[in-house]
Amino acid sequence: MRRYFGRKLAIYALTFVVAVTLNWIIPRFMPGDPVLRMLTRTSVSNPEAIAPMRAYYENVFGLDVPLWKQYVNYWVELFQGNLGVSVWLFPAPVADVILHAVPYTLALLLPSILLSWWAGNKVGALAARSTWLDNTALPVSYALTATPYMWLGILLAWGLGIVAGVFPVAGGYSFELRPDWSWVFVGSLALHWFLPFLSLFLVAFGGWAIGMRNLIIYELEADYASYLAALGAPRRLIRRYAFRNALLPQITGLALQLGVLVSGALVTEIVFAYPGLGHLILQAIQNQDFFLLQGAFLFIVIGVLVANFVIDIVYVLVDPRTRTGMQGAA
Amino acid sequence: MTLQVDDLRVCYRTLMGEVRALDGVSFTVADGEIMGVVGESGCGKSTLGKSLVRLDNRMKHVGGTVTVDGEPLPIADDRAMNRFRFTSVSIIPQYAMSALNPTRRIGRLVADLLDAHGMSYAATRPELVRRLALVGLPETVLDSYPIELSGGMKQRVVLVLSTLRDPALLVADEVTSALDVSTQRAVAQTLVEFRDRGYVRGMLVVTHDISLVYQIADTIMVMYAGRLAEKAPSDVVVTEPLHPYTQLLIGALPEVGARFSERRLTGIPGRPPGLRNPPQGCRFRARCPLAFDKCAEQPPFVEVAENHQVACWKAGS
Ligand SMILES: Nc1ncnc2c1ncn2[C@@H]1O[C@H](COP(=O)(O)OP(=O)(O)O)[C@@H](O)[C@H]1O
Ligand code: SF4
Ligand SMILES: [Mg+2]
Repeated sequence: MRRYFGRKLAIYALTFVVAVTLNWIIPRFMPGDPVLRMLTRTSVSNPEAIAPMRAYYENVFGLDVPLWKQYVNYWVELFQGNLGVSVWLFPAPVADVILHAVPYTLALLLPSILLSWWAGNKVGALAARSTWLDNTALPVSYALTATPYMWLGILLAWGLGIVAGVFPVAGGYSFELRPDWSWVFVGSLALHWFLPFLSLFLVAFGGWAIGMRNLIIYELEADYASYLAALGAPRRLIRRYAFRNALLPQITGLALQLGVLVSGALVTEIVFAYPGLGHLILQAIQNQDFFLLQGAFLFIVIGVLVANFVIDIVYVLVDPRTRTGMQGAA
Repeated sequence: MTLQVDDLRVCYRTLMGEVRALDGVSFTVADGEIMGVVGESGCGKSTLGKSLVRLDNRMKHVGGTVTVDGEPLPIADDRAMNRFRFTSVSIIPQYAMSALNPTRRIGRLVADLLDAHGMSYAATRPELVRRLALVGLPETVLDSYPIELSGGMKQRVVLVLSTLRDPALLVADEVTSALDVSTQRAVAQTLVEFRDRGYVRGMLVVTHDISLVYQIADTIMVMYAGRLAEKAPSDVVVTEPLHPYTQLLIGALPEVGARFSERRLTGIPGRPPGLRNPPQGCRFRARCPLAFDKCAEQPPFVEVAENHQVACWKAGS
C-alpha cells in the first residue's frame, strides 16, 4: 500500500512539473504581445517615451531577463504564491483576480454536482425497481442529457428570466449593489445564482439517473445476485448489494467531476455572464492576458491533480478489488 | 424418499420462441443417494438443476411436479419457494467462481444471509468454521474478500455455504469443471464426505464428465436433448450401457492407462439438436448408428432391468 501511493505520488509530481512547464511555454508562443498591448492602451504618441515605458512594463512582467531565467523565476514565484500581474486588470496581481472568481465557481459547481449526484442516484435506483418511474423518469433523463447544454441554458434564461421575469439572467449580483454582507446583497446573490445552478443540476442529474439505473439492472443480473436468490435471500438484501456495488463506478464519476470542478463551468458562466473562473478565462483570452490565463490554468491543473489523488485513495477504500491488485496477491 | 420429479417440463422464453430445455423428465433420488447427471453440453442438465431450486426470470415452468420428502415444491412461485431454498433444496451453481459478492467480506456475506433467514451468525459461526476446516479452509477466509481466494477456495466456500443448513437435496452443477485434475478428485471426495456426515441427504451431481462422477455417484442418469436417455446404478451405466448414446459417451472416455488426448478429441460425431424445434421421435436418431424406422416414434423411458431404465427401441425386451 505504501509503495503504491509512493509511486502514485511520484507520477503526480512529474505530471505537475510537466504541466507547469507547458503552462509557462504555451503563452509565450501565442500570438500577441502583452507589452505592446499595454503601450497601445496608454496610447503614447511620443516615440521617445515608448522605449522607457516598454522597459518598465517588461520589468513589471519579468520579461527583461533571458528565457531560462524567466523560467526559473516562474517556479520561484510560484512557490511564493505569486502568479504575476494581470494585463487585463493591470496592476492587480493574478492571484488576487483568481481568488476573487473562485468562490463564485465553487458556489455554483459544488452544490450542482453534489446534489445532482445524490438525486440522480436516488431516482435511478428507484427507477430500476419501479416500472412506473422507469417509464416516466427515464425518458425525461434521456431528454435532459441529450439536450445541448447551451440550448438548455438559454431556454432557462429566456423562460424563467425574460418571459416569467422571476430570475435575473446575467451577473453574479445586481449591478446596483456593492458587495457586502447585507441581506439585500445575499438575496441578490442567491437570485443570480439560481438559474446557472439549475441548468447545471438538470443536465448532470439526467446522466447520473440513467447511469445508476443501468448499473443496478446490470448488478441485479450478476451471478452473485442469482446465487443469493437461489439461497432464498430476500429481494431486499440483493437490492442492497446491487445498490452498493452500482455506487462504486458512480463514486469514481463523481470524483472525476469534482476534479474538473476548478475549471469552472465555462459555458454556463458565459451564458449567464457569471463572474467565476470560466468567465475569467474567456476575458483573459479576449484581452491577451497570458499571465492571467497561465494562473487560471495552473489553478486548474493543481485542482485536477489533487482530485485525482483523492479519487485514488477513495477508490482503494471503497472497493476491495483494487486493494488486492495493488499488493499483487492472487 | 428424498426427491421425486414427475414429468417436469421447463422452457426458456426467448425472442425467437420457446426453448424446451426440459421436456418430460421423471426420476427419484433416494435418501442418501448421490446421482450423477451426465450428457453433452446443452442437454438440459443445468436447466434441470436450476428448476429444482430457482427458475430464473427467463425460465417458465410448463408442467410436471417436484416433491421433496413428500412435500410438493412450488417451483413456479418464486416467493413461495424461498421457504424451501437453503433449508430443503440448495444449489452450487455452475458459476460458483463468481457467486460471491465481490465487495463483501465472506463472513459478512454469510452473516447477512443468515440474518435474512432469521438466524444468528454468532450461533452458527462455530459450525461454519468447523465445516470450513473440513474442506481445508482456515477461519480467516471469513475475513477475506472473494478476490483474495483462489478458484478452488471459492468453490469450497460456496459448497460449505450452500449446505450450511443441511438441505435435503443439493444440486452441484459442474463443480469440478473449472478445476485441475487433482483438485477435482478432492472436491468430488468432499461431496461424498458431506453426504456421509448427513450435511446433505440427496445429491444431484451435474457434469459432462462421466469418468469423474462414476467415482462418487450411486446412480448415473444420462440426459439427451432435454430428455432422459438412461438411468442405472453407476457400475451398470459404465459397464453395460444399453442406450446407444450412453455407449458412445462411455466409448469416448479415455481408457485406463491410455493417452488422454487422442480419444477425448474424437467424441461423438455431430451435436445435440437445438431445442427450439426439437426433432420428432427419438432425439438421438440423427446421430444414432442403430437408428431404424421405428425411431421416428418417441421411445418411452422404461425399466428394462431392476433399477435400469432406458429410452431406446433397441434396448427394450
Ligand atoms: N437463458 C437461456 N435462454 C435460452 N436458451 C437457453 C438458456 N439457457 C440454456 N438454454 C438452452 O437450453 C438447453 C439446455 O441448456 P443447459 O441446461 O444449460 O445445458 P447443460 O447444462 O446440459 O449444458 C440448451 O439447448 C441451451 O441452448
Ligand atoms: S430409439 Fe432408435 S434412434 Fe433412438 S437411440 Fe434407440 S436406436 Fe437410436
Ligand atoms: Mg450446464
